[in-house]
Amino acid sequence: MAFITARGLSLGYDGNVIVRDLDFTVDKGDYLCIVGENGSGKSTLMRTVLGLLPPVGGQLVIGDGLKANEIGYLPQQTAVQKDFPASVFEVVLSGCQGRCGVRPFYRKADKQLAEQNLARMGIASLRRRCYSELSGGQQQRVLLARALCATTKLLLLDEPVSGLDPKVTDEMYELIAKLHRDGTTVIMISHDVEAAVRYATRILHIGDTVFFGTTDEYRNSEIGGAFLSHGRGGDGK
Amino acid sequence: MIEKLGMYLQYPFVQYALIVGVLIALCSSLLGVTLVLRRFSFIGDGLSHVAFGAMAIASVLNLTNNMLLVLPITVVSAILLLRAGQNARIKGDAAIAMISVAALAFGYLIMNVFSTSTNLSGDVCSTLFGSTSILTLTKSEVWICTVLSIAVVVIFVLFYNKIFAVTFDESFAKATGTRAGAYNLLLAVIIAVIIVLAMNLVGSLLISALVIFPALSAMRLFKSFRSVTVCSALLSVVCAFLGIIVSILAGTPVGSTIVAVDVGAFLICYLFELIQGGICK
Repeated sequence: MAFITARGLSLGYDGNVIVRDLDFTVDKGDYLCIVGENGSGKSTLMRTVLGLLPPVGGQLVIGDGLKANEIGYLPQQTAVQKDFPASVFEVVLSGCQGRCGVRPFYRKADKQLAEQNLARMGIASLRRRCYSELSGGQQQRVLLARALCATTKLLLLDEPVSGLDPKVTDEMYELIAKLHRDGTTVIMISHDVEAAVRYATRILHIGDTVFFGTTDEYRNSEIGGAFLSHGRGGDGK
Repeated sequence: MIEKLGMYLQYPFVQYALIVGVLIALCSSLLGVTLVLRRFSFIGDGLSHVAFGAMAIASVLNLTNNMLLVLPITVVSAILLLRAGQNARIKGDAAIAMISVAALAFGYLIMNVFSTSTNLSGDVCSTLFGSTSILTLTKSEVWICTVLSIAVVVIFVLFYNKIFAVTFDESFAKATGTRAGAYNLLLAVIIAVIIVLAMNLVGSLLISALVIFPALSAMRLFKSFRSVTVCSALLSVVCAFLGIIVSILAGTPVGSTIVAVDVGAFLICYLFELIQGGICK
């Protein structure tokens, strides 16, 4: 059984349906990229997978030993975080909170895990810095380290490179690819179709037409072809 | 002046005022940090007006213990406001402003129409500005206040990590299994309790100051959540203590003097930030 199975899934909120009849699966070891235009329901899909929104219709089954709270999440930046006084270590450690249950304080093991993930993201030297004073790329690394504290099974990344400059964007993609090679299943929402076909193993395209399949299938499909050639300035492959 | 102070400190009412003042300042500053960060700075103002309205109803109904009515009404309003903040037709600040002004107006209206008191404007003034009520506390009020304050501090310490996680990123906390809704509810209840308590001290108009100023001052100086929380608690306690002492010596109104000291502390912290660019990165 797959980590996530969607059958005839309909998404939306406040009574509005945004996406209908979605079928896809996420298996262990996949790198799934969700692409589509603005407003096509990418973020709504992510919020539904995370359990923050109930599905409007259809089924969303989580299985294969994955528990609902074992989904790490890299959200888009919120306004609150812009002037939030928090050290990098405090932010990363808060990723362990879900496992604490009613226990009020963190265990030594939690703190060690936070240290390990800081090192893994290459930001150990920033641990005492203030989160809101870091650069965009550094902040994303901090949030990735936090997500890894929550789980290493499945990561959901919501536009992880938006607002980053090209060099940092490439570093971020490489970092995510490395996590994937190390065994973490990745689901990424992206505008960047080019990068999606470069790194992902599967593509879910939502919008007026829905596509789900492997990256190669997507390249050869009508909709994928249209999107990719558009992205390259219409050199028409 | 020291002698005069020593003499005043002998009086039980001065001791009571100091105990209650410092405890309330401590509690409100602890929660102030998370409220300011959630953009709920004005909730103190809104809820205290609700408490004012409830108090007006209680006094018209001639309840012997008006806390029985004031506390539940304020708690319910706090829950509604904090829940509405998430996804409501009327957004956070507008909802607070609406409830705040409406409660104030209705409270005054009710007091005016059904008043049994001969000094109406005096009553209203003391509820709003808490002019002398902190100097007329009874022993049982001091005990209630002490017990509730200790409860608030203990709850805050136990839930400190959860409050941080939920304040910093509610979606992430929810998605990874933290029961964010339950903690928000808990926060709402604690905030309401503190505000009802604090009305005795500074009156409903000045409660916001106790919530906002220590947190904002601490944020000028420190950049991690823990140091901001600790600093804000210390600042608030020191300011409340100094404010009460000054008001006794100079014969000024207690609430406004405390707030004036808080404002002074904020200005000092602000200047310090400008010069230093913040310490403890």
